[in-house]
Amino acid sequence: MLEYQTHEYDVLVIGAGGAGLRAAIEASANGARVGVVTKSLLGKAHTVMAEGGIAAALSNVDERDNWKVHFADTMRGGQYLNNWRMAELHAKEAPDRVRELEGWGALFDRTKDGRILQRNFGGHRYPRLAHVGDRTGLEMIRTLQDHGIHLGMEVHMECTVLVLLKDEGRIAGAFGYERERGRFLLFRAKAVVLATGGIGRAYKITSNSWEYTGDGHSLAYGAGASLIDMEFVQFHPTGMIWPPSVRGILVTEGVRGEGGVLKNKDGRRFMFDDIPENYRSQTADSEEEGWRYTQGDRNARRPPELLTRDHVARCIMREVREGRGSPHGGVFLDIAWIKTRVPTGAEYIKRKLPNMYHQFKQLAGVDITNEVMEVGPTTHYTMGGVRVDPDTQMSDLPGLFAAGECAGGLHGANRLGGNSLSDLLVFGKRGGEYAAKFASENGAVSINLDEIEAAARWALEPFERTGENPYEVQQDLQELMQDLAGIVRREGEMRDALEALNKLVCRAKRVGVPGNREYNGGWHTALDLRHLLTVAEIVTRTAIERKESRGAHFREDYPSKNDQEGGSNIVVQRSKSGEMEIRREPLMALPSELNQVIDEMK
Amino acid sequence: MSAAMFRIWRGGNGNGSFREYTTEVAPGMVVLDAVHRIQAEQANDLAVRWNCKAGKCGSCSAEINGLPRLMCMTRLDTLPLEEPITIEPMKSFPLIKDLVTDVSWNYQVKKTIRPFTPRPAAADGSWRMAQEDVDRVQEFRKCIECYLCQDVCHVLREHHLHGQFVGPRLLVFTAALEMHPLDTGRRTDDLHREHGIGYCNITKCCTTVCPEGITITDNAIIPLKERVVDDHFDPLRKLFRIFK
Ligand SMILES: Cc1cc2nc3c(=O)[nH]c(=O)nc-3n(C[C@H](O)[C@H](O)[C@H](O)COP(=O)(O)OP(=O)(O)OC[C@H]3O[C@@H](n4cnc5c(N)ncnc54)[C@H](O)[C@@H]3O)c2cc1C
Ligand code: SF4
Ligand code: SF4
Ligand code: FES
Repeated sequence: MLEYQTHEYDVLVIGAGGAGLRAAIEASANGARVGVVTKSLLGKAHTVMAEGGIAAALSNVDERDNWKVHFADTMRGGQYLNNWRMAELHAKEAPDRVRELEGWGALFDRTKDGRILQRNFGGHRYPRLAHVGDRTGLEMIRTLQDHGIHLGMEVHMECTVLVLLKDEGRIAGAFGYERERGRFLLFRAKAVVLATGGIGRAYKITSNSWEYTGDGHSLAYGAGASLIDMEFVQFHPTGMIWPPSVRGILVTEGVRGEGGVLKNKDGRRFMFDDIPENYRSQTADSEEEGWRYTQGDRNARRPPELLTRDHVARCIMREVREGRGSPHGGVFLDIAWIKTRVPTGAEYIKRKLPNMYHQFKQLAGVDITNEVMEVGPTTHYTMGGVRVDPDTQMSDLPGLFAAGECAGGLHGANRLGGNSLSDLLVFGKRGGEYAAKFASENGAVSINLDEIEAAARWALEPFERTGENPYEVQQDLQELMQDLAGIVRREGEMRDALEALNKLVCRAKRVGVPGNREYNGGWHTALDLRHLLTVAEIVTRTAIERKESRGAHFREDYPSKNDQEGGSNIVVQRSKSGEMEIRREPLMALPSELNQVIDEMK
Repeated sequence: MSAAMFRIWRGGNGNGSFREYTTEVAPGMVVLDAVHRIQAEQANDLAVRWNCKAGKCGSCSAEINGLPRLMCMTRLDTLPLEEPITIEPMKSFPLIKDLVTDVSWNYQVKKTIRPFTPRPAAADGSWRMAQEDVDRVQEFRKCIECYLCQDVCHVLREHHLHGQFVGPRLLVFTAALEMHPLDTGRRTDDLHREHGIGYCNITKCCTTVCPEGITITDNAIIPLKERVVDDHFDPLRKLFRIFK
């Protein structure tokens, strides 16, 4: 007899990062009975790690900024594959969402006249990121958490959703387990909001935590919803690379925003060597001009270190490949040099980048106020995600919503730094609001008991086997994706990856775990494998499909942009018979007013 | 590469013991790396929490050679590797299994603290605040909720007064609200009655272990104690604060 606890909600939010909490707050405020599930403890989701800031055209620092500039920057950064309506809503609503946080207790760094201070970041024309030193994500998640707990939502900490449940073509809830005792849980819900974050654990070198196994992407796919832009995985140019145990940990773009520069082993600012045509008019001609920009000179243009992440990452790869890298296979990031310009430089660095200072000091034994950092690209963010309606965030499956990193569309081929935290707020709110509305307009759901019996049986199988070690299968998957479907992609290698993935799928079916159901790390890792393998296959297949290089997707066999290819998004969906179907959808035509905005900002 | 020995607590309440594991260690490794290696290679079912591996999320709290610390920020080369390294769970909370404790009490207590109540915003929906005025509160808001301070505080650890004392983390939280430039709430009665601020006898152990370097005792607890005294034993001052 299958035992499980049942909970019933109007809206079930899966994920307690910025997107999930913002959705839960909005759904509660709209009168819905809300449940939240999260794999970790409350306040520990990925959002807590965000450093640099939240992008919003508040125009506190430069009054020339407004939603139009932010919109145009986002579209340019995304190489125009973005869903324009999402980019428009995002740019328009982000300022209100940030101010609202202040009303809930967030304390951002201030301008001289007491308003929210904003900093420079890659791809943003004006200083735009509201921030708190380099711990903005902590401020944001804590604010949402502390506000949310008083609104009546029920939070299930350390619970993992295994499958989504359907009731005749609409969502009906979810089934999962709690970590502490390993007991099963059934959530009946009229609407479900996915806010599960990204897929970074599919790669070996990553800034992402154990949670990022692509659960939401895979759950939605499994339930028949479609995913979009999955070939676009962001490799952040600056992760730590030495010592080996810290490889991949993020070094915020804020370092470059505050004046940090990239150099190769010869001391050359190599970012000046390759400036893309569409950014040339916005980029500084000289080191001097770049420095003035970081110091707020409004007539200066930004230094090439603040070009978009895809480009900076590729320039770093080039230096390393051509033998001009640092000793451990990266390049140098230097913020200490600003001491030659700022009299109290060391203090300034510690005040503006306290976490980076401690991170390097404690983990690498490097004092960034005196020494250079060694950095290299790290898997960071998933532009692709559940395909949603831009206004409501509802997926193809009625009642299933998605927001935050696990939703696709806003960022197109490449996300600008800072545009994720604002994405979480803007679309978390919208997702929560429309999920509550959907719940109020639709009746009760019925649950198919066979579905949950099958899920439970599947989940317990690893205990009956002594087979493959789940951690080994995960590591092999990570190496495979890193080597064959990483920053630089080739068709042949990706075909090899698909074959190797097939073998891993077989190995995953033989995974066994020792011990019992109580807080068993091996069991949890084994269960996450299914999601990881699904998203790895999706990324690889869509990456093979896009035969051009654009944004974060770089094909050595098709090294340039191709207008034909760039005219559509790639969409993945599971067919009724269980096949992975890939199709192309032409981009939505841009309304003329928005086209004009983009032209004006060129 | 060389090998090192780790004594890790395994099991739950009442049925646990230390077990010894030997594993390879490399330069730059932190305790959490060693625990992960042991988990992947020798103890698949080991229970351990972590998320960021960079001291930002406060998940990986444990006691390493008897000291409450974050496993991800403790480098092996700062420990005497000639001897076995002891890793055990926090002591102020009920044990779930291995290195994982039940910290849910902290979340429940937080709900009992009166929430942020801002004064009205200006016409444009925003507030003006000077950096100097937010500095003080920003220190408290650095807290990553690792609960190491709760673990070390004798009121909780030895005297188990969880029902009467909220502990240093939640005093820091209260201080952040009380000193927030926009907040109009008042929490001194609660601090005095329900939240047991009087139990703190300023030993400063909490400040010593805080990985975020928050000066818990001097900057948060002592000023709160002063407010409590003012409000309770100085009626005029109390009146003044009500109308502030
Ligand atoms: C180091 C770092 C720095 C960053 N800095 C910035 C920055 O400065 N600015 C910016 O805009 N962006 C930044 N980003 C990106 C940004 O932080 C993330 O994209 C964003 O926080 C994702 O938020 P989310 O709400 O979508 O998901 P998350 O915050 O990751 O939350 C996901 C939630 O889903 C839960 N979950 C997942 N699967 C399941 C399941 N199966 N069952 C139940 N629960 C589940 C998890 O437990 C978690 O609670 C940074 C990212 C990193 C890693
Ligand atoms: S100073 Fe107070 S709160 Fe801190 S450890 Fe000592 S008794 Fe506990
Ligand atoms: S105050 Fe310091 S020690 Fe206590 S929970 Fe917060 S970060 Fe941890
Ligand atoms: S893992 Fe986040 S603090 Fe250690």
